[in-house]
Amino acid sequence: MAEVSIRKIVKEYEGGVQAVKGIDLDIADHEFVVLVGPSGCGKSTTLRMIAGLEEITSGEILIDGDVVNDVPPRDRDIAMVFQNYALYPHMSVFDNMAFGLKLRKFPKDEIKRRVDEAARILDIVPLLERKPRALSGGQRQRVAMGRAIVRNPKVFLFDEPLSNLDAKLRVQMRTEIKKVHQTVRTTTVYVTHDQIEAMTLADRVVVMNGGVIEQVGTPNDLYHHPATRFVAGFIGSPAMNFLPCRVQDGANGGLAVRVTDTIVVPIPPARADRYGAFKGRDMVLGLRPEHLFEYHEQGKPNWTRIDLPVDVVEPMGMETMVHFFVEGAPVCARVDPATHAAPGETMPLTADLNQMHLMEPDTGRVV
Amino acid sequence: MSATTRENGRKAAVRRKTSLHNQRLWALWGSYIALGVFAVMFLVPPFYTLITSLKSSAEISAQTGSPWLVHHPTLENFWYLITYPNFQTYYLNSTIVTVLVVSVSMVISVLAAFSLSRMGFWGSQSLSTGVFLTYLVPPSLLFIPLFQIIGKIGLINNFWCLVILYPTLAVPFCTWIMIGYFSSIPKELDEAALIDGANYLQILWKIFIPVAMPGIIAATIFAFTVAWGAFLYPLAYLYTSNQMVLTVGIISDLIRGDVFQWGKIMAACLLASLPPIVIYAFLMDYYVAGLTAGATKG
Repeated sequence: MAEVSIRKIVKEYEGGVQAVKGIDLDIADHEFVVLVGPSGCGKSTTLRMIAGLEEITSGEILIDGDVVNDVPPRDRDIAMVFQNYALYPHMSVFDNMAFGLKLRKFPKDEIKRRVDEAARILDIVPLLERKPRALSGGQRQRVAMGRAIVRNPKVFLFDEPLSNLDAKLRVQMRTEIKKVHQTVRTTTVYVTHDQIEAMTLADRVVVMNGGVIEQVGTPNDLYHHPATRFVAGFIGSPAMNFLPCRVQDGANGGLAVRVTDTIVVPIPPARADRYGAFKGRDMVLGLRPEHLFEYHEQGKPNWTRIDLPVDVVEPMGMETMVHFFVEGAPVCARVDPATHAAPGETMPLTADLNQMHLMEPDTGRVV
Repeated sequence: MSATTRENGRKAAVRRKTSLHNQRLWALWGSYIALGVFAVMFLVPPFYTLITSLKSSAEISAQTGSPWLVHHPTLENFWYLITYPNFQTYYLNSTIVTVLVVSVSMVISVLAAFSLSRMGFWGSQSLSTGVFLTYLVPPSLLFIPLFQIIGKIGLINNFWCLVILYPTLAVPFCTWIMIGYFSSIPKELDEAALIDGANYLQILWKIFIPVAMPGIIAATIFAFTVAWGAFLYPLAYLYTSNQMVLTVGIISDLIRGDVFQWGKIMAACLLASLPPIVIYAFLMDYYVAGLTAGATKG
């Protein structure tokens, strides 16, 4: 088990393209950290630099306090699980898992003990004599994890390990990975582009964009207190709604956000102090779909009613997504499945502005 | 769906099936005819070789009856060759040369292909292209410069010169086949092995060679074919019986002046063809798999 520290690491490719632009990150012992972001954000490059598979242009990587910049992958005491499993096709499951231990000249009985133990944790004992081609995708990924576990390394690195699996198996394997981490407690760095994977697995999530870290925090932190518009939009599904607005004086000396001439909503007093400084400025209002509700007279009588024409209705069983447009900007509301909303009809809505976010349009910073 | 629609759908399906069936039938006929023509073209010479080898010299020179039939089959030509010391020498020389050439060529080309396709050093791309370009140089162009080199190191009329010469012909193509094969192995496999603790030689030995075995067998067969069947180089570089290999030994020993010992020549050809036939028969599947590797995403 170990701590991993990243100090101002930069990865620059030939031609001056910077994939990672000087990021800092500290990962605690036993921690499960997920790097998440869109394609090309530098998350996989960062992971590969930790693994030693990619040279670092500048900066430092420390594992357990030792700088490992020039240490080859085999001496970093890490294990990695790849997206395409990377199992050795000519070896049995047992040999795949034992390969690293054999290279490190472990005694035969110790190798067998470790492989059996990992196979038991991953529930692949009956598969030990099979070749990878005789395994399903999920089983192969389990073997790849087993290969990592048997070495008992300081750090586990996962590079989008579930991307090749179908949706159902992905959910199942996600739980397996979490269970394995709870059992072995090895420090883990996990890369994914799937924010749900990031939220469900991580102790802390690192959101990356364009080679820099946008925000680091617990899943709840990122969800409820995003630091930037990018994080607010990336975390959460369906994504947060963004509406251009202006902060202005409201009734009774309070503040209000004006989205359109007809949509002016009072800002709750609890938030007025924070947003007072932005009075008269153009801002972006961020509101998650679950904070928009169908308006009921008896339900929340003091909340402002907004009538919007319904564009698309998506019933999901336990909830229904209703899509609208406000001055060309798409808006989604997650409402009760009992709704009678129908495309083309007007639907009365209300919003819980205690959950609102206000962002600067030019910097994207959440204020 | 109404009954009419269903009926129309069924008719369309039948039409489509008939049309596909006809197309397939034509394609099959075409294939069989083309294959038949090629089979005859390629199998007639070895068949003629076989029947001539089973005839006595008297029957061959009599020129009576059909030349395609054997009236008094005999193994005397084969027996003569098997017990003929020169032929044994040629066979032994060919075997030594081939085993060494295949070994040397494969060691060089597997190492070269691995480093060129996987180690990503500066200039590796240009070197890969260069390897392929050397294969395009006709061997006959290298005759004179190589003769001078071999002369200088004192190996003219010594079959060891072939052990040096043949790899120059075999290595570029073998390397090229192996580069293609190694490139089709996912990069993550060597990365996983690196993390597991392997060095590059261990990756090559424990991962790449077993995984790329079809490609290695394809390249081995090619090197074997070059070494076993080459004619021009031994003809030019060797001139005494004790140094000759099969290809030149047969014609220089069994054609004396204007006397062609056809029965023995044909028997010698058949005996010389045995090793390639056996090797091709056993390894043909690997050979095809090796040559077509990387053609589609696996």
